[in-house]
Amino acid sequence: MAREYRTLKTEVRLPYEVAYGATWTRFFEGLKDKKIYGTRCKECKRVLVPARSFCPRCFVTTDEWVEVKEEGTLVAWCYTNYRYFGMPIEPPFVTGLIRLDGTDVNFLHLIGGFDLSNFEEVSKTLRNGIKVKAVWSEERRGHILDIRYFEPV
Amino acid sequence: MARAVAVVGVGQTHHGRRMDVSYPDLVREAVVRVFEDTGLSPKDVDGVVSGTMPSMMEGVALTHLYFAEAMQAVGKPILKTETCGSTGVSIAHTAFYWVASGMAEVVLAVGHEKMYEGDSQATMTTVLDPFYQRYFLAGAPGVFSMQSQLWATRYKIPQDKIRDAAAFISVTHHQSAFDNPYAHIKMKVTMEDVKNSRIIVYPIRLLDVCPNSDGACAVIFASEKVAKRLGRKVAWVKGVGYRGDEQFFGDSDKVVWQSAIEAAKQAYDQAGIKDPLKELDVAEVYNPFTYQEMIFYECFGFCEFGKAPDLVLRGIFSREGELPVCPSGGVLCTNPIGATGLIRVAEAAMQVTGRAGEHQVPGAKLALAHAMGGIDQFNGVMILGSEL
Ligand SMILES: [Zn+2]
Repeated sequence: MAREYRTLKTEVRLPYEVAYGATWTRFFEGLKDKKIYGTRCKECKRVLVPARSFCPRCFVTTDEWVEVKEEGTLVAWCYTNYRYFGMPIEPPFVTGLIRLDGTDVNFLHLIGGFDLSNFEEVSKTLRNGIKVKAVWSEERRGHILDIRYFEPV
Repeated sequence: MARAVAVVGVGQTHHGRRMDVSYPDLVREAVVRVFEDTGLSPKDVDGVVSGTMPSMMEGVALTHLYFAEAMQAVGKPILKTETCGSTGVSIAHTAFYWVASGMAEVVLAVGHEKMYEGDSQATMTTVLDPFYQRYFLAGAPGVFSMQSQLWATRYKIPQDKIRDAAAFISVTHHQSAFDNPYAHIKMKVTMEDVKNSRIIVYPIRLLDVCPNSDGACAVIFASEKVAKRLGRKVAWVKGVGYRGDEQFFGDSDKVVWQSAIEAAKQAYDQAGIKDPLKELDVAEVYNPFTYQEMIFYECFGFCEFGKAPDLVLRGIFSREGELPVCPSGGVLCTNPIGATGLIRVAEAAMQVTGRAGEHQVPGAKLALAHAMGGIDQFNGVMILGSEL
């Protein structure tokens, strides 16, 4: 592969307007009021968060709404410190898999509230099994980042 | 199982950074080689199935149309199968179903990717829903990092032991890649090199992670009648299995991982395999991350849950071990995603027909090929054997 030939620099940019539907409109509107909503399945009794319109396992409509605790247990985490095109969150950041109290699935969000610049320091602070609690943004617009992050309690 | 189906030949490109060829020409390179290998020609082919990871990897949406000429699919039925990382095994399954059903005698399967032309991690995040998960799962490494922690925590496996076993896997595969003429990364690597390489997403380091690669793979599936007419050794499809999980990463258990367990079980049941560690001669496991490879060993029944690091360190899965895994150097050294799963099938076929050259496992008769796709969502398995 000695010789290299010409390349073309190109881009695909497409606009979308994506429908939330009734269930996710209610879930995301809830975030404005600092409330995290789940729905309970009437068959398997699991509390699913974020709220779902139906239970993925039982395939029944889930219309029992539950206000979920904003505290939970850190189940797993990862520290990301690299970039790619269109990345929605500025690195470095920590993603956490969180089991919110009283729910039956793991919830994804950011872990923060302390210095994230040094990985070694982060790894001393974070351990699987610790309790974490939501920290809310001042400005809330019905978006998943209305929760700024979960911080260790 | 329906009609008997065989892999009658394979063709691969030289994988790597292939800015020397356009994407259609790269695909043609693999297709030419499968025709050379089998002695068949495009007029013998009844149908073509192809696939890539998300098409947006290269910015062209319907690649099976783009490659109609390169795959010699003009005037024939064309299908596309796309299941993210497991695309390659899904393509193989589609070709198998087509011939097994009796609706075709010869089907050409082609997998392809040109990852240097786009931004692979950015492409992968478009696999996730735009409201919620896309913000938090930064490309593939983060997902696999969390999965490996869940596994280590569940079975209380000491971090040092896992770290050693993952490094051992990396060293083994990098060494094997030297024996594979088509492999991308050919680099001498020591345990210390792996353990001291740059952290990508803790605990995963650079040498625990597969590369981005450009490459294509073509495989021809044929009926028993055609396979016997060819008068050469072929690899018979003994079993296929495929399963999916929920799309939300947090909804299902990724340690005792049902999609991986059930996909393997379905394929084993069809192939009559009871003890995979003893009965399989070689396995091409989809292993973009060293840590995850060990979770697959456990889900595929090669050992008990939580025990894979011990077996790895005893050399059970090394080239001279009881069940050699990825003598090709595997995904860890070569990963053109849409082709990757089909390369596993091609490598398994090469092994059971004695055509694997320098990385041949002596006397291999029964092989497993596997691929995983999505946010730890899909798993597909194909078992190939030397006997009908
Ligand atoms: Zn349910």
